[in-house]
Amino acid sequence: MVDNVHSLLIVIVMSIVTAALRFAPFILFPEGRKRPKVVTYLGTVLPYALMGMLVVYCFKSVNVTSAPFGLPELLATVFVIVIHVWKRNTLISVFGGVILYMLLVQLVFV
Amino acid sequence: MIKQTFKRAFKNSLPIMAGYLALGIGFGVLLQSKGYSFWWAILMSITIYAGAGQYAAVDLLSGGATLLTTAFMTLIINARHFFYGFSLLDRYNKIGKIKPYLIFGLTDETYSIVCSVQLEEDIDKKKYYFFITLLDHIYWIAGCTIGALAGTFIPFDSTGIDFAMTALFIVIFVEQWLDHKQHLPAILGIVTTVVCLLIFGSEYFLIPAMALIAIELVIFRKKLEEPIDNNSEVNGTEVNKVG
Repeated sequence: MVDNVHSLLIVIVMSIVTAALRFAPFILFPEGRKRPKVVTYLGTVLPYALMGMLVVYCFKSVNVTSAPFGLPELLATVFVIVIHVWKRNTLISVFGGVILYMLLVQLVFV
Repeated sequence: MIKQTFKRAFKNSLPIMAGYLALGIGFGVLLQSKGYSFWWAILMSITIYAGAGQYAAVDLLSGGATLLTTAFMTLIINARHFFYGFSLLDRYNKIGKIKPYLIFGLTDETYSIVCSVQLEEDIDKKKYYFFITLLDHIYWIAGCTIGALAGTFIPFDSTGIDFAMTALFIVIFVEQWLDHKQHLPAILGIVTTVVCLLIFGSEYFLIPAMALIAIELVIFRKKLEEPIDNNSEVNGTEVNKVG
């Protein structure tokens, strides 16, 4: 049975911790205050590194040791990269990639 | 101008709409299967507003986890959000009353759009950031609620639709790659995360990966500072030209 009070407390704790993580940099380095140059530097380079991290993060559950060996993910990823370099249109790349991936996992690699 | 801004924000948020509806519905279905009514899905999507975190929450809730475990798990799963603010300190500077909401809504997807965008002159940046954040939040709430209410009746097989998120991150990664000559940060991000995933496993790799990435970036600071600064924020004012 659902324990409403304890469940609510869990939701509250998760909300607070998540928000705290998001607010922390802004609290540590408030507006108008001088901040260490290394922080500003990290702010300019982090997006490039973090986007790489997020891409890998999306593939964290892909199993490459058993069938289909991550093949749908690999094919769809190559497709997205190629079509994006070619067309430079985010919507075409994203939705094209999704349609290809759905076809692959639903019809090809079942 | 506000119409122009909204249109641009809406267009840029479309991939997120697809991803959030899919992931949100998945969450809603999962949550109600554990005996939680749709009110819980609505509440959680509004106040927690984190994809992976909420999926983990289903286990924590149904398993009756202690609050300490909950706090610890949330810290591990969402630690990456701690890094996002660093690149937005200037961008979100002097942005007014909406600032707390923009920070609250800083999910992976919102961050990826906000930090990558090159805005034209006819776009109001503050409103653009606000619209992106709000639209994403609405998509997420809608997805979670639909899933909890009617997820089991969805008539088509949506398996694989969550690839929208992956595709979006790949596209932004490619954009950044094409726009800059210096690729070291991007390569470090990929390689470090892959290595950590192999060493620490899929549950605990993110925190070591983030720490290592930060350390590596500091080590390579001399090498990296020049080229990247050219097409990024200088003295707190953004230069909105594609590099």
